[in-house]
Amino acid sequence: MIGINIYLALIAIATLLSTYRVFRGPTTIDRLVAVDIMTTITTGLLVLFALYYGRMIYISVALVYALLAFGGVIAFARYLEGGL
Amino acid sequence: MNALSALGEALVLIGTFFYFLSTLGLIRMPDVYNRMQTSTKSATLGSLGVVIGTGIWAVGNGMSWAWIVQTTAVAGFILLTNPISAHTLIRAAYKRGIPLWHGSVVDKYAEHLAEKSPDEEVSE
Amino acid sequence: MEEASRASKFAYTVIVLFGIWLLLTASLDTQELATGFVISLIVAALTYDVFTKAGLANLHPKRVAYAIAYLPYFLWAMIMANLDVAYRVLHPKRPIRPGIVKCRTVLESDTGKLSLANSITLTPGTITLDVDGDSYFIHWIWVQDDVLKAKTDEEHVKNASRYITQPFEKFLRVIFG
Repeated sequence: MIGINIYLALIAIATLLSTYRVFRGPTTIDRLVAVDIMTTITTGLLVLFALYYGRMIYISVALVYALLAFGGVIAFARYLEGGL
Repeated sequence: MNALSALGEALVLIGTFFYFLSTLGLIRMPDVYNRMQTSTKSATLGSLGVVIGTGIWAVGNGMSWAWIVQTTAVAGFILLTNPISAHTLIRAAYKRGIPLWHGSVVDKYAEHLAEKSPDEEVSE
Repeated sequence: MEEASRASKFAYTVIVLFGIWLLLTASLDTQELATGFVISLIVAALTYDVFTKAGLANLHPKRVAYAIAYLPYFLWAMIMANLDVAYRVLHPKRPIRPGIVKCRTVLESDTGKLSLANSITLTPGTITLDVDGDSYFIHWIWVQDDVLKAKTDEEHVKNASRYITQPFEKFLRVIFG
């Protein structure tokens, strides 16, 4: 279980890099793509946390989070496209 | 440390490495279309690795088999929904008129939109 | 494909919903199974008409066998795609030559088209931009030479389809019709 710190560090670096794109991105779609990647990474992080705390019920949290993030990204993209 | 948990841990390591790679692509690529190319694929495979790897790792640590079933459900959901959101985003980018990178070689979609009646394009 | 009967559609919906319930609860307890079955029946009674058109024909053994064979093929293509992406991201010169190309498909059902679009998005260097009828518009990160140099529109579509859609169609045509 010590190796889990390495994985969490890699995930933290990945999240920081995409945060850079969220602040920097020249267009709105750039920022939205970065947010989409961050939600995907967060889903993986939640599943890892479920193992870290040894509780299976936390996997359901990850599933619901993925569901809501998917809906949110779709809604934003349709709004920016102008066809909501 | 048995074989199952070692396999699970290796999958999680590969998955997190692909997460890192996808965000590196997000930084390095020149325009929004190419950023989406690199980031969507790597993040989806990275998620598959992390999520299924966690399930195998948990079973290797002596927890119940239900872990691997539930993580497979999450992985299947990610596999189904990630390409759809990428598709919606790239279409929104094109419809908003973000130009292709100056090194792009061909654009058949613009010809297709021009062939259809131009006033329909405005109304969309 | 002709419409299936109502009973067949209903049965197919119940089977799929109950399978999802089994995945989500991951338990073989009698009470959980009974609850899941009752809920599957209720939801199926409300939604079977929009859920499927082909009904139980979707579970034909040949289709299921092709779907199972498709999974490792697809995963392998996806791993190759990611090694390709890794090469392009880590290479110091950033070797990309992007463009939007046009492809055609022989698939007819909506589910088949959706699966093809998803498969294209997750495999090497391609991402689906729009689908209109049987035309796919695809953003390609490295447009191949013979697609780029094609003189006529028809030749362009033919060459691009050979690279992008045809590897998947031989599976998806059987699975989804």
